[in-house]
Amino acid sequence: MKKVLTTPIQNEDLENITVGDVVYLDGYLITCRDVAHRRLIELGRELPVDLNGLAIFHAGPIVAKDDDGKWQMISIGPTTSMRMEKFEKEFIKQTGVKLIIGKGGMGPETVEGCKNDKALHAVFPGGCAVLAATEVEEIERVEWQDLGMPESLWVSRVKNFGPLIISIDTKGNNLFEQNKAVFNEKKTAIVEDICKQVKFIK
Amino acid sequence: MNKEAMIQSMTDTMTKFTGYMGKRLPDDVMTKLRELREQEDTYLAKVVYDSMFENQALADQLDRPCCQDTGVIQYFVKAGAEFPLLSEVQEILRNAVLEATKVAPLRHNAVEIFKEKNTGTNTGERVPVVNWEIVPNSKSIEIEVYMAGGGCSLPGQGKTLMPGEGYEGIVKYVFDVMTSYGVNACPPILVGIGIAGSIEVAATLSKKALFRPIGSRHHDPQGAQMEQLIEKGLNEIGLGPQGLSGKNSVTGVHIESAARHPSTISVAISTGCWAHRRGTIRINEDMSYEILSHKGVSL
Repeated sequence: MKKVLTTPIQNEDLENITVGDVVYLDGYLITCRDVAHRRLIELGRELPVDLNGLAIFHAGPIVAKDDDGKWQMISIGPTTSMRMEKFEKEFIKQTGVKLIIGKGGMGPETVEGCKNDKALHAVFPGGCAVLAATEVEEIERVEWQDLGMPESLWVSRVKNFGPLIISIDTKGNNLFEQNKAVFNEKKTAIVEDICKQVKFIK
Repeated sequence: MNKEAMIQSMTDTMTKFTGYMGKRLPDDVMTKLRELREQEDTYLAKVVYDSMFENQALADQLDRPCCQDTGVIQYFVKAGAEFPLLSEVQEILRNAVLEATKVAPLRHNAVEIFKEKNTGTNTGERVPVVNWEIVPNSKSIEIEVYMAGGGCSLPGQGKTLMPGEGYEGIVKYVFDVMTSYGVNACPPILVGIGIAGSIEVAATLSKKALFRPIGSRHHDPQGAQMEQLIEKGLNEIGLGPQGLSGKNSVTGVHIESAARHPSTISVAISTGCWAHRRGTIRINEDMSYEILSHKGVSL
């Protein structure tokens, strides 16, 4: 059965979701990336959007105004989530955000934040930005436009937004860390084997 | 055609082509992705590949940039010494970026250093990046247009090894970067490796390696062998699409080299994400053009 999370997301909604699950989102999704995180956490500026129970997207879209002057989502895929690792734990705590969508994995601090304050990190397939844009119903408003197109906070209503692959759950699991352990385990033997064959300096 | 008309013609062509190559991947990349998709058998890997191919179909149908991150536009130019607009090329490319930003549209990706302001035009200090090679006795110009998103620019790095570390040191370095940064750079990745005697030469070569057709090989048999060994080894690690694990890691490994100083081996790595937006166009002295990367396309 297709698992759908609807905003406002409650803590109970996240209990039975585990890394590797695929879910979809209905409701509010706000783009929030490098500078927005820095402004809240390092500079102590209040976010212009109340994120409690909502979802953020590590993403910087291409938007364009239509003939009626209304913003249209043209192309919006995820950006590298790891860049927000140094802020995310505190960000989750301060905002009450429940779902963080991005690309690639995040680190131990975010895992802790997701466990303590009940939130998930999920991956939207990177580069699939037109697919994502077609799942945006409407851009309702935009904040902090002084940051430019990619870094502004675009407040969107989305329907069936996904696939979202859960990479960090509320139980302390981290899919990418599990994968990286496997990658690194395989690496040593492979590198040794190649090194024997590239002794070109004799 | 008078000079003014020629400038206008080339600006139009480059505006259209810069927009076009952000929407459709080159033929060799699509062929490789189809081949890799076939090999995947896990649920997550299939979900991701399905999204990738659905996305490319939608980008085509809706005429939109397939990835929102249209990069800081880079032009790698091989200009004939007798190309009639040689003096104007830099300005033409800048104007093409300004116009493509509006009409494609492209994301605003030029942030001025120190001012820390996004210019909103994709132009700025030394941007768009134009890299020059002059081809003697030629009247045409070949331009490689490249859009690298932030995701696959992040693994970009290099270091200078002592010769004692040998080619073995290069292998270790590539694998370390790929299993750390590579995971988040939208695999399957195209890996460009530059080997030279100093770091800036290696860095430029690592980027140029990404412009070779996928699967082409280094001219030296040992270089080709090293490409194949690294490619096979990285695939055995199995980063899979988006680093979620799978049968493969890379779309290819390309090495470009320059003779080195006896005391140094500089190595640099550039990576291209699965949505490797590379476009090659040749413009002739009469301003007619041919697109080499995407067959059968007219702008």
